[in-house]
Amino acid sequence: MTEATNVSADPIARDWWAGIAEGRIGYEACTDCGAAQFYPRGHCTACGSAKVAMRTAAGTGTIFSITVVHRPPSAALQPFAPYAIALVDLDEGVRMMAHADPSLAIGARVRATVAPFGDRAVPRFVAAA
Amino acid sequence: MAFISGVGNTRYGKIDGSTTMSLAAAAAQAAMADAGLKPQDIDGLLTGYATTMPHIMLATVIAERLGVQPAYAHALQAGGATGVAMAMLAKILVDGGRCRAVLIVAAENRASGQSRDQAIQTLAQAGHPDYEVPYGATIPAYYGLLAARYMHQFGVTDEDLAELAVVMRRHAGRHPDAHLRTPITAAEVMASKPIALPLRLLDCCPVSDGGIAAIITREPTAAARVRIRGAGQAHLHQHISCARDWAAMGAKASADRAFADAGMRTADIDYLAVYDSFTITLAMLLEEIGFVRRAGAGEAARAGRFDVDGDLPLNTHGGLLSFGHCGVGGGLAHLVETQRQLAGRADGRQVKDATVGFVHGDGGVMSSHVSMVLERV
Repeated sequence: MTEATNVSADPIARDWWAGIAEGRIGYEACTDCGAAQFYPRGHCTACGSAKVAMRTAAGTGTIFSITVVHRPPSAALQPFAPYAIALVDLDEGVRMMAHADPSLAIGARVRATVAPFGDRAVPRFVAAA
Repeated sequence: MAFISGVGNTRYGKIDGSTTMSLAAAAAQAAMADAGLKPQDIDGLLTGYATTMPHIMLATVIAERLGVQPAYAHALQAGGATGVAMAMLAKILVDGGRCRAVLIVAAENRASGQSRDQAIQTLAQAGHPDYEVPYGATIPAYYGLLAARYMHQFGVTDEDLAELAVVMRRHAGRHPDAHLRTPITAAEVMASKPIALPLRLLDCCPVSDGGIAAIITREPTAAARVRIRGAGQAHLHQHISCARDWAAMGAKASADRAFADAGMRTADIDYLAVYDSFTITLAMLLEEIGFVRRAGAGEAARAGRFDVDGDLPLNTHGGLLSFGHCGVGGGLAHLVETQRQLAGRADGRQVKDATVGFVHGDGGVMSSHVSMVLERV
């Protein structure tokens, strides 16, 4: 598995994926207007401020949508198929894409785990209960 | 005024030995002949992009190949909305007096020029490289997410979506240049292999080779009298993770601007050409813009409203789902078919008395919207 620090040229994304490898889901909060946002950008899209801080989410949320992928984009990912990709609304008020248990339905309460996929470990949501 | 004075296309499908340039040239030459114009008459040239032929200045490559020396030329990129965006810019150039005859052309050997995996991976880059693509996401997966949520929110069924694929295939059977022409049933769509559930293979458009072109002129140059009456755009997000209001993705905002520009409304439209990369795409666009009620696209299809003799004839060439999808040319085909319908040149699939047409393109994942109202004058 490739080191998470090698996955992107963007230092914010490198740090974010390094956090995932350690079980932390980061999101940004604006220290001027208080808005929370995902994905992290280094500036606030609500007020334009450059003062944003990376926070760690509790890792709990709700499934907003979910699809089960049977046709992966490459042969390297074929062993993982079928896998579920979800949009998850975190309790902190931001939405992120992640992997999920394929049996989950929209509206399900979930908690984050980390699971190997492709070249890295990715966040994977499972039933909260 | 801006007239669509000529159109031309190659057949769509797998065309062995074709290149982006050979397809572009064939389509452009057909469009110039249709408009009664020669290369030296063209003073504007707009094109899009080709994933099989990345180039920093594709418009002038095409211009040189054709023997055109335009006063204005460059490429545009708005994903699947690029074709309609090119027509909108051509109208602006013609209305503003900068050009007299603008060639808009799109072509790509997307099916034969690369492997299936390459095509899927290239297109998946419409997603975020750091926060979406690493999950093994594909364009069908992004639209699978759209489908699951939209079906949940509004009560759309698998069968509703399947009916749209059936209509597109039936239409394509009447167009000699369409990629997929064998009729299908809703049961076959719902039994086809899973791709990104709830989307199955027959909910997805094919990957095609093809080229298509149109000429936008200040004065009519041929018998066809079809003008661009108004246009509009909306761009509310790029990535599906960042779409905020799933009942208002930008389609209606774009359409409303086009209707305002044209001084018209949905009730004035008697021919529809709406982007249909997946069945869910077509359902969401028709319903958000308001041509049918929410969750009503499937029932409208079942009732025959989208047929050639229906009250809302839709994508009579077969759309992306069956005429085919060669990239930018896939979305431009909707505009070209509208010109043919309004000009009364759609042969065996001609809609009776079509006078006002609406064209809508969607790029990315409901990301870029461009709408246009065409009128026979």
